[in-house]
Amino acid sequence: MSTRKRRADGGVAYLDVQGTLRERTVDALRDRTLRGNLDTAATSWGESRDAMREEYGLDEMRERAREIRRSNIRNLPALLTEMQAKVREAGGTVVRAADGAEACRYITGLARARGVKVVAKSKSMATEEIKLNEALDDAGIEVVETDLGEWILQLANEHPSHIIAPAVHLNREQVAALFREEAGTDDVPDDREGLVAHARVRLREKFAEAGIGVSGVNLGVASTGTVCVMENEGNARLVTSQPPIHVAVMGMERVVADWDEAAHILQVLPMAAIGQDAANYVNLITGPRRDGESDGPEEFHLVIIDGGRGALRGTEFEEALSCIRCGACLYSCPMWRSVGGQAYGSPYSGPIGAVITPLLEGPSSPASRDLPFMSSLCGACGEACPVGIPLQDLLVRARARSSSPDTRKSGLAFRAWSRLWRRPSTYRAWMAGWRLMLRARGKDGWATELPGPGAGWTQVRDMPTRWPPRR
Amino acid sequence: MRTCLSDAVAPSVWKSSKRVLERCGVQVKVPRGQTCCSQPAWTAGHPDQARAVARHTIDVFSGPEEVVVPSGSCAGMVVHAYPEMFKGQPEEEAALDLARRTIELTQFLAKHELDPGPGAPGPVTLHDSCHMLRVMHESQSPREALANAGCEVREMQHTDRCCGFGGVFSINFPELSGRLGEEKAREAIASGAREVVSCDLGCLMHIVGVAHREGIPLRARHVSEVLDR
Repeated sequence: MSTRKRRADGGVAYLDVQGTLRERTVDALRDRTLRGNLDTAATSWGESRDAMREEYGLDEMRERAREIRRSNIRNLPALLTEMQAKVREAGGTVVRAADGAEACRYITGLARARGVKVVAKSKSMATEEIKLNEALDDAGIEVVETDLGEWILQLANEHPSHIIAPAVHLNREQVAALFREEAGTDDVPDDREGLVAHARVRLREKFAEAGIGVSGVNLGVASTGTVCVMENEGNARLVTSQPPIHVAVMGMERVVADWDEAAHILQVLPMAAIGQDAANYVNLITGPRRDGESDGPEEFHLVIIDGGRGALRGTEFEEALSCIRCGACLYSCPMWRSVGGQAYGSPYSGPIGAVITPLLEGPSSPASRDLPFMSSLCGACGEACPVGIPLQDLLVRARARSSSPDTRKSGLAFRAWSRLWRRPSTYRAWMAGWRLMLRARGKDGWATELPGPGAGWTQVRDMPTRWPPRR
Repeated sequence: MRTCLSDAVAPSVWKSSKRVLERCGVQVKVPRGQTCCSQPAWTAGHPDQARAVARHTIDVFSGPEEVVVPSGSCAGMVVHAYPEMFKGQPEEEAALDLARRTIELTQFLAKHELDPGPGAPGPVTLHDSCHMLRVMHESQSPREALANAGCEVREMQHTDRCCGFGGVFSINFPELSGRLGEEKAREAIASGAREVVSCDLGCLMHIVGVAHREGIPLRARHVSEVLDR
């Protein structure tokens, strides 16, 4: 039985997560295996990426990528119109969905109309965002995730913890245990190759049954109406070519003007993502199978989702739309590395998730309004971003936009603070009082318990009452 | 600029900074009316409250002089955030002017090739504070200043990684903040030095506060205090 829930209000974050954001970070911090798994992956990606930086001049490539994406977003309406026209020219169908619910209705309706019982999926964050699996499940249609990581999560009934490596929080032994349970036998190897081979056999059986293949879209190329789907496993190639119908689900911001731009972004993405200079498979799909072609689906549907994106154009958050969903900001983030993506309670985790989830949901959504605060604003995310999104600035702006009982409370406190601190006399009086308080509470140069907001400090650390501090 | 953390916890930091500059022959004024750069309110998501305090700071530091700050974070706030905070406001030009004149202490020493003479011998380990590193884009000037002062620096692992302080973050997510602080304190002590030094007092209070709670025998001093000996 699925614990995942679809959001009736079209929200992005998950509703089945337990506790507050802070409570989830505490739970995650207790899990030492999780920390080890995350650190192993993050370190290895970071090192590979740094090697790329030297070899390919990633820093210069980033400047161009930033310009490309900014211009794409500026010209978005025109690019989407062109994309739409070209896809139709190639014999495909294009649907513009205002929100996730509309997109899900279209896809489930299509499945019903064609009598489809099984849908095979390749990895797609957009479908995770719109909760497509849950919608298909409700409609009585079986969904099979064919990306190894996504399949593992489907078996574990868990949410993804990373944009491109959804099961990165699990290690080999944990995966082997899931496979044994699914296969109903202990006869599953636990070495890497053995596990992959096992999954391949189980999943191939499903491709033959699927009436629809659903994929995400890394990039749409407006000039030719082509969708690009990058992957390392080959499953997306099967998903987009084996079943009679291919449905590609694309966030509306993922479009570039032409092949010159696409070539650059397709190169930057895997480098930033995992330090790989090219994806193993780059699937370029323009419409359905044409006369005389031997491969490809009979029908091609492109579903373009707004879901709150369009409203961000022209705002102080516009640059968030430049994101190419590589995940570099996740593994660079000390918070994500410590607690993983699941603690965020949203398909999009890490710094970009903390920025866009509340933007797509609205500033007062209880499921995501605290996310922008889960950052020390260290700036590692902005530095890692291959398209130069100033994530730490966006996090600060997202905080200013957030509305919750906590932010209202801190608003009152900062109102008082501001009155005291804009006048030297009241500032100095407050400081004198504070230092007296510190001295009164200090023992051997340390205070172990402070009142008010200081309690949050002394919960995990002491406060030196003399400086330089005593040992 | 004294910085509010120095006023609250460690007046020795701004006093050392003043002495270090004077030893180099710099004429130093410490405006008595100054308060805070307003970063706490800005990062807590209250830009209007922040602006009211920042306006006062702009007033206090009007004039042609360079403004030296013994903090990469406060300097970064003025240099990087003031232009955004005052965009389209009457004080925009004054804010941009102050941003152009503001510089962190060791950057100022490097820029003017100033030598305050010998400091503490060390060994110390240097924590690159995030705002010094990724807002002020500076990792060399504190190392140069320490080397010129004859202070031995033993580099720790992941010195560019966040210590988990993060201002209001340290109060909102204490457990996560504390975990990162503990990791930082352990890496600092593993460098072989017993003392961690940084351009930012906030990081140091946090790192040494966690170390004391966890029983890690680590001391801490601001870079100005190491130069001032």
